[in-house]
Amino acid sequence: MTHPVPFRAIAVAAALFGGVSAAQAQETIFYSTQLRPIEEATKVRDVLLKGLSGKVIYVVDEPPAFAVRMKAETQAGKRTASVVGALHGELQPHVPADIEPIDDVAAKLKDRGIPASLMELGKLGTGHQQYIPWMQATYVMVANKQALQYLPQGADVNTLTYAQLQEWAKNIVDKTGQRRLGFPAGPTGLMPRFFQGYFYPSFTGGVVTTFKSPDAEAGWNAMKELWAVSSPNSTNYNFMQEPLMAGEVWIAWDHIARVKEALTLQPDQFVAFPAPAGPKGRGYMPVIAGLAIPKGAPNRAGGVAVIEHMTKPETQLATAAEVGFFPVVKADLPPNLAPGIKLLAGAVDATQNAKDALVSLLPVGLGAKGGEFNKVYTDTFQRIVLRNEPVKDVLESQAKVLDALMKDTGAPCWAPDKPSQGACPVQ
Amino acid sequence: MSSRTSWIPYALIAPSVLFLAAFFLVPLVQTVWLSFSGDEGLSLVNYQRMAGDLNFSLAIQNTFLLTLVVVPIQVALALVMATMVSKLEKGRDIALWILTIPLGISDLAAGLAWLSLLQNTGYLNSALYALGIIPGPVGWLSQETPWSLFAAIAMAEIWRATAIVLVILIAGLQLIPKEFSEAAEIFGAQPWTRFRRITLPLLKPSLQSALILRTVLAFEVFAVVYALGGRNFPVLAGEAYTWQNENQNYGVAAAYAVLIMAISLAATALYLRVLRTRPEQLP
Repeated sequence: MTHPVPFRAIAVAAALFGGVSAAQAQETIFYSTQLRPIEEATKVRDVLLKGLSGKVIYVVDEPPAFAVRMKAETQAGKRTASVVGALHGELQPHVPADIEPIDDVAAKLKDRGIPASLMELGKLGTGHQQYIPWMQATYVMVANKQALQYLPQGADVNTLTYAQLQEWAKNIVDKTGQRRLGFPAGPTGLMPRFFQGYFYPSFTGGVVTTFKSPDAEAGWNAMKELWAVSSPNSTNYNFMQEPLMAGEVWIAWDHIARVKEALTLQPDQFVAFPAPAGPKGRGYMPVIAGLAIPKGAPNRAGGVAVIEHMTKPETQLATAAEVGFFPVVKADLPPNLAPGIKLLAGAVDATQNAKDALVSLLPVGLGAKGGEFNKVYTDTFQRIVLRNEPVKDVLESQAKVLDALMKDTGAPCWAPDKPSQGACPVQ
Repeated sequence: MSSRTSWIPYALIAPSVLFLAAFFLVPLVQTVWLSFSGDEGLSLVNYQRMAGDLNFSLAIQNTFLLTLVVVPIQVALALVMATMVSKLEKGRDIALWILTIPLGISDLAAGLAWLSLLQNTGYLNSALYALGIIPGPVGWLSQETPWSLFAAIAMAEIWRATAIVLVILIAGLQLIPKEFSEAAEIFGAQPWTRFRRITLPLLKPSLQSALILRTVLAFEVFAVVYALGGRNFPVLAGEAYTWQNENQNYGVAAAYAVLIMAISLAATALYLRVLRTRPEQLP
């Protein structure tokens, strides 16, 4: 897959690597890990950033490269970007060394109507605003319409339970001979988020404190049953839109950005709906991307202007319509959304307004250990489900790793775990 | 004149030496340093975490298994191919050119090409289905089918990297004077005897280079494995990548890198010793 390199990209590269000359100092470089695909980046450049007075150059990078660049620029004492956009978890390791507190910007944006809970997340566990919420997403289930005939009796996709999901997938196996439930458990898939934001909250009502509880044990046994009717290729899937479009998978769970292509290309072929509920509720995890100002930004005023522009209600609505990320401000979605985006919006809405919805927030305070936090859950999955090790023993030994990690970082509990004094304990 | 020639060679290699020092030796030292640094100065904590990880022994086992299977097959295949090509009278260049096509393909691209053959909706399943051999798509690359996954990776590696061995061996074959073989033929030596007693011993220096190169690269195998199996088939270089990028623990990633280097150095030393050639044995 090759994309033509537009002249602008070359100019951007030249600006970044050739150093910023005096004439270019008026420009604002907006450096982002989000909206990376060329189609989305073009929308940002040509549509979403329109109307800003200064010249803004939108540059994207993979998250690992972003992390390295931010740290390298701090070490070198030379900053190129004036505003950065990244996920909550991607910004976290850069506090306090690489990004600066922006309480002044937060004060300016008071009337935008960004919910206080989101602004609180933007403090990243410190007393000051570190980023301004930019856009949000979440995870949904997507099913091929061919799968709907196998739904268990009395089941409704919008109020599905994990037991019903298992039964549904099993019906498909029995009738078609193929395991067609899919999870993004490949190397760059978002499976850890399934465990942290969906599986654990739904089965145990917590994420860290309940890690090795009897509820968790029951949950993992249910997971083993679920896996038995899931596609064995799940450990190769990174973006579920691909196996969905290929027809290899009929029911999938993934981030909305990673199923969007299937829904926008074939809106008649698929349905989107909330993730299932477990004994403790319908766990779900909002995904927040934020805008921050790096320390030593060459054009801070330009960076602030970008933040102000991107959080305007009209820009937020345009963002939803153009790239399928949802507003963080209070704004009603326009009726002229593309059919695929409308499906996603419906599923997100059904998730947020479900009676049994149980919000699981993003981990806070893990700093650079976020990757190892994910590893605890994927290792547990690998050992219990893929290698069939005894559930109790694995939970005991992984709980020790998790406990050490929490003590090491001192991260307090976050929802749905109950607030803790000091590091979040594994009970 | 002599005073001038004495410094010219040094001046000529100076840029590349400087380049290597700046972009190879410095990062190498930094990596080794990083692998041995813990929270409180020097420590083995990164190595302990590496050895205690659930994928560590599997990665070691897989990497060695792959190397032990792939490298001998590649050398044997390359020997056969090189002997055949050097016997060709016509079309030798064309044959050589075709045989070395995989050399020009990046390893990730090769992995993706094999993925398109072997994935569920790939060409292999389509062909088998069309022939009525299978009722529906069969998974060859999942973690539930470790042996077919291993076979697929080994096949892709053999396809991709046999050509480099071939090129080295052909160059070696051309260095062997024809007279030896002709003299042996006059004394009645059969082709197999001539190959075993003349070609093979005189080819030893080339074989040594080819083996060192292929073995070292086999221990670093990554892109083909990643493309075909993701993390279903852990190998050492893949684990280093995962610790660096997913787990964001650069110390453990560095420990893996140092381990791969140590294994490669040990293999090289072994080849240098086992396959050493005395000067009088050279053609």
